[in-house]
Amino acid sequence: MNQLTNFTKGFIKENPVFVLLLGLCPTLGVTSTAINGLGMGLATTFVLVMSNLVVSIIKSMIPDKVRIPAFIVIIASFVTIVELTMQAYTPALFEALGLFIPLIVVNCIVLGRAEAFASKQSILSSIVDGLGMGLGFAFALTLLGGVRELLGSGNIFGFELLQGDLMLVFVLAPGAFIALGYLIALMNRVAKS
Amino acid sequence: MASKRESSFINMVITLFLVAAVAALALGGVYTVTKEPIAIAKQKKLEAAIKSVLPDFDTIKEAKFADPEGKDSLTFYYAFKNGEEIGAAIKTYTMEGFSGKIELMVGLLKDGTINNTAVLAHKETPGLGDKMDVAKSDFPLQFKGKNPADFKLNVTKDGGNVDAITAATISSRAFCDAVDRAYLTFEKEKGGNQ
Repeated sequence: MNQLTNFTKGFIKENPVFVLLLGLCPTLGVTSTAINGLGMGLATTFVLVMSNLVVSIIKSMIPDKVRIPAFIVIIASFVTIVELTMQAYTPALFEALGLFIPLIVVNCIVLGRAEAFASKQSILSSIVDGLGMGLGFAFALTLLGGVRELLGSGNIFGFELLQGDLMLVFVLAPGAFIALGYLIALMNRVAKS
Repeated sequence: MASKRESSFINMVITLFLVAAVAALALGGVYTVTKEPIAIAKQKKLEAAIKSVLPDFDTIKEAKFADPEGKDSLTFYYAFKNGEEIGAAIKTYTMEGFSGKIELMVGLLKDGTINNTAVLAHKETPGLGDKMDVAKSDFPLQFKGKNPADFKLNVTKDGGNVDAITAATISSRAFCDAVDRAYLTFEKEKGGNQ
């Protein structure tokens, strides 16, 4: 497979959030601000790349019937590593995302890529796939977080752009669904043309 | 594609055991490496919180007291300057928050006057209840320099002196509850430390 298309498919054609609709729990949960979305996206990218890499290396050593538990153990280990490292070296970011980091384990996009891609493809393709999918996820989360932050509190990445009371609903959970719905519609329109 | 190993019982047991063992080793290693930085980061955060709620001090003495309802204990950090007690930073909490527990650091001077407050942890609604954080609104500033003896720690809606955060009365009530708990415990334990 061409590595470039393999990499870019995660952004538009097979974007985990906008097209595959995978991993919506953290997507809706953390994206109240752009910076949270970006942090979560990058943490997920790291886990995706590492788990894709390891799964791809040991794919022929794992009996089919126990592959899912084995994948989950691998993914959970990387998530814990991310969590401990963030707690130790970036306490401020951990403060904002702490609650959602362990949720990466149950993010179906990570297991989905391990199962559907990395367990069948070469090591290089798996890394590229993990990187593309992860950055696509980060892109989607940042976009969604940015839209919600702008409409809800008038900021982007914490910088104040608009004054006054805005549509507070966008910072709350229902706003996440509304914003995501419109973004998916927009993405479909863009993909069609 | 390389042929997969057969899913025999012994193969499955060995594979899972190996995967889990390697994962456990890796996590153990990371835990050991990050243990100290995490403890330092937590300690720093605590110290910063104590410093932000009290005037200048040089030594800290830690003590734990049961709260008046006796359900839990609050941690007191008595602050001294040149051997003289100037007040205490009290790590207090409330369960009355809109979404669970809120932890505050409340700095009380010797006579019970609130010097300052700081939010340690909360899960309140972003954009509404999280305005209790001084970074987000001026709500906590109204507690500064007030003595709960004549400043009723209750929102105005309940007949108190505290202006609640707009659209977040429950969070505001919870904040008052936490500060009140710190004050009551402080008053109860007064003099017991000399």
